[in-house]
Amino acid sequence: MTALQLRDVRKNFGPTEIIRGVTLDIASGERHCIIGPNGAGKTTCFNLVSGRFPITSGEILMNGTRIDTMPPHRINRMGLSRSFQITSIFHRLSVFENLRCALLWSSGYRYSFWSPLSRQKALNERADMLLEDLNLASRRNIPAGLLAYAEQRALEIGMTIAGGASVILLDEPTAGMSNTETDYAVALIRQVTRGKTLLMVEHDMKVVFDLADTITVLVYGQVIASGPPAAVRANRSVQEAYLGALD
Amino acid sequence: MSASRAASRWWPTIVVVLVAIALPWIFYDWAHHRGSGFMISMFSQMGMMVILALSYNMLLGQAGLFSLCHATFFGIGGYSMVHFLNAAGDGDLPVPMELMPLLAGLTGLALAIVFGAMATKQRATAFAMITLGIGELVSTAALMFHHFFGGEGGVSTNRMIDHSLFGLNYASGIQVYYLILAWTAISTGLMYFLTQTPLGRMANAARDNFERAQFIGYDPRMVRFIQFALSGFFAGIGGGLYAITYEIVTFDALAAPLSANALLMAYIGGVTVFAGPILGAILITLLQSGVSLLSNSWLVYVGVLFIAMVIFAPTGLAGIIHAHGPIRRSGRLGRLLVPYLRLVIPSLALVLGFVGLVELLSFLTIGAAQGRKLVLFGGPIDIKATMPWAISAGCLIVGMIWLRFEAASFHRVWDGLTAELKSRR
Repeated sequence: MTALQLRDVRKNFGPTEIIRGVTLDIASGERHCIIGPNGAGKTTCFNLVSGRFPITSGEILMNGTRIDTMPPHRINRMGLSRSFQITSIFHRLSVFENLRCALLWSSGYRYSFWSPLSRQKALNERADMLLEDLNLASRRNIPAGLLAYAEQRALEIGMTIAGGASVILLDEPTAGMSNTETDYAVALIRQVTRGKTLLMVEHDMKVVFDLADTITVLVYGQVIASGPPAAVRANRSVQEAYLGALD
Repeated sequence: MSASRAASRWWPTIVVVLVAIALPWIFYDWAHHRGSGFMISMFSQMGMMVILALSYNMLLGQAGLFSLCHATFFGIGGYSMVHFLNAAGDGDLPVPMELMPLLAGLTGLALAIVFGAMATKQRATAFAMITLGIGELVSTAALMFHHFFGGEGGVSTNRMIDHSLFGLNYASGIQVYYLILAWTAISTGLMYFLTQTPLGRMANAARDNFERAQFIGYDPRMVRFIQFALSGFFAGIGGGLYAITYEIVTFDALAAPLSANALLMAYIGGVTVFAGPILGAILITLLQSGVSLLSNSWLVYVGVLFIAMVIFAPTGLAGIIHAHGPIRRSGRLGRLLVPYLRLVIPSLALVLGFVGLVELLSFLTIGAAQGRKLVLFGGPIDIKATMPWAISAGCLIVGMIWLRFEAASFHRVWDGLTAELKSRR
C-alpha cells in the first residue's frame, strides 16, 4: 500500500525549473529519507507535498486521493503533517498551548467558540502526555519563543505528530543540534513515528542511515537513485554526485 | 484550583464591579437628591468605550489584525439602535429595553460578516488598507443615505419606549448607567470567555504564526473571519448603548476618528493583557471628559501620550503592571519605591514644562480668538511676557535631561532585580 505517490511532479519558479519531474512512491509505514546536495529541491519537494506551494504539473496522491490541488489545512486534515526546517512555532504561546493548539483540529473542536479549553479534560491530558513524551514537562508554561534551540526543535516535532497524522514530513529535524541532542532527537523521532509513514529531509548521514528504510537521492530536482540504504550507498552515480563530495 | 487561589484571581474583577455599581452614589448630590449628570454620563461613556476597546483588541491584540474600521460596527450598532428604538416607540417592535443592545450587536455582527469576508482574506498591510477603505466607504454612505443615517444631522430617538423587563422607564441617567454597566459586564465576560476557547486560542496562534496554523489543520483566514465577525458583534452592542445614552447618533459614531480612538485606548491600555483595553478606555475617557474641560489642547496630550507609550512602553499600562508581577510575588516591590519616587520629580518638571508650552501656544492662537485669559497653575498668566515661556521651556529641558539620568538608574535597579529573580529560580 502506497501512502504517498508523486507522479512526474514539476515546479517552476519563474523560468527556473526547480523540481524536474519527480516520480516517487512511498510505502505506508516506511521511513523514507530524501538526501541531496544543497539546492537539490528537497525542501521544495516538501512544500509541494504539504500544499505550501502549488505544483506546476504532475500529480501528488495520498492514499489514492489527489492532494496537489488542496490548500495546506485540507491536506493536514487528511492526515499529512509536516515540520519546518526553520523552527515554526507559536512563539508567544506557552509550550503547553502550542501542543494543545496542534491537537485541536484532530480532536474535533474546529472553530468552536463555545467550549472552554480549561474544561476539556481529555484534550489537556493528551497535551500533557505529549509534553512528557517530548521531555518538555518542566517547560510547560513558558512562552515557546524562550525555549532553547534543541527544545524548540523537539516542540516542532511534537506539534507535527500531535494531530495523529499518518504521514509525517520532517524537514531537517536535527539541523544545528549537537551530537547528544541529535541522538536524543533520533530516538524521539523513532518513538513518535512508530507505525506511521515518515518522509524526512536530512543532511546528517549518520541519522539517515540510522533511521531510513528507503533513501531517495535528489540532485537538481531529479531523483537519481531510490532504494534501501545499502543499495543507495553502493550506487555509483550517487557516490559521484553526492556522497563522494563528503569524503 | 483551590478556592483561595480562585478567590485571589477573581478579586480584582469583583472589586471593579462593586466600584462600578457604587460610582453613581459616590458622586450623588444627597442635598438635592440628584445624581451628578456630568459624572454619570462620563461613566456611561466609559462603559461603552470599554466595550469598544475590548472588542477592538479581539482583533489587534488577540488576532494580530490591524483594523482601521472598528467604529463602523460601533456606529452601525448605534444607527440601527435609533431605528429599533423608534420602531419600539411606535409599538412595532415588542422587545424590552434591556434586550435592545443585543439587536444592535446582531446588526454589527451582520455587517462584520459582510466586511470581514472581504478583509480577512488579506493579511497585514493589505488587511489594514481594506479596513481603511471599508471605514471610508461606510462614512461616505452615512452622508449619502439620509433615510437610514440622517445625513449630517444624524438620527435621533427617544429611549423611553415604555417596555422593560423590570418596569423601568430609563428617564434618568442612573438607570441608563446601570443598563450600560450590565451590558459592559456581560460583554466583557463573554469576550474573556472567548479568549479561553479553541477559536480564541487559534486566533492567538494565527497571530504568532499564520503559516503554522495551516499545517495543524486550521484555515487561519476562517479563524480571523469568525474573530472579526464576533468583534463586530460586541462593537455593535457598544454602539447600541451609545444610542440609548445620547438618543442621537451622528456621523461621529462611525467615522475614522472613533476607529483611531479604539486603537488608542487598546494600545495605551495594553494589548497583551486582556484587561489592558479597559484601563485604556477609562483613562482616555477621563482625559476626554476631564482634561477637555480644562484645556483646548487635550487631544495633543492624548497624542503625545500615545507616541510616548509606543516608544517607551509598547506593552501599555497593563503590560507595565504585569511586568511587576514576579517582583511583587517575591516581595521585593518595596525596593522599587525610591527609584520610582526619584522618577516623579523630573517627570513632573517635564510634564509641567510641556503643558506650559502647549497651553501658551494654544492661547496665542485659539485662546486669543475665544477672548479667554490663560489661567495656569492657579493664577492668570500674561502670554505675551517672556517669563512664562522661559520657565516652561526651562522645566521641559531640565526635566528631560534629568529624567534621562533617573531613568538610567531606574533601569539598573530593575535589571538587578530581574537578574536576582532569575538566579533564584
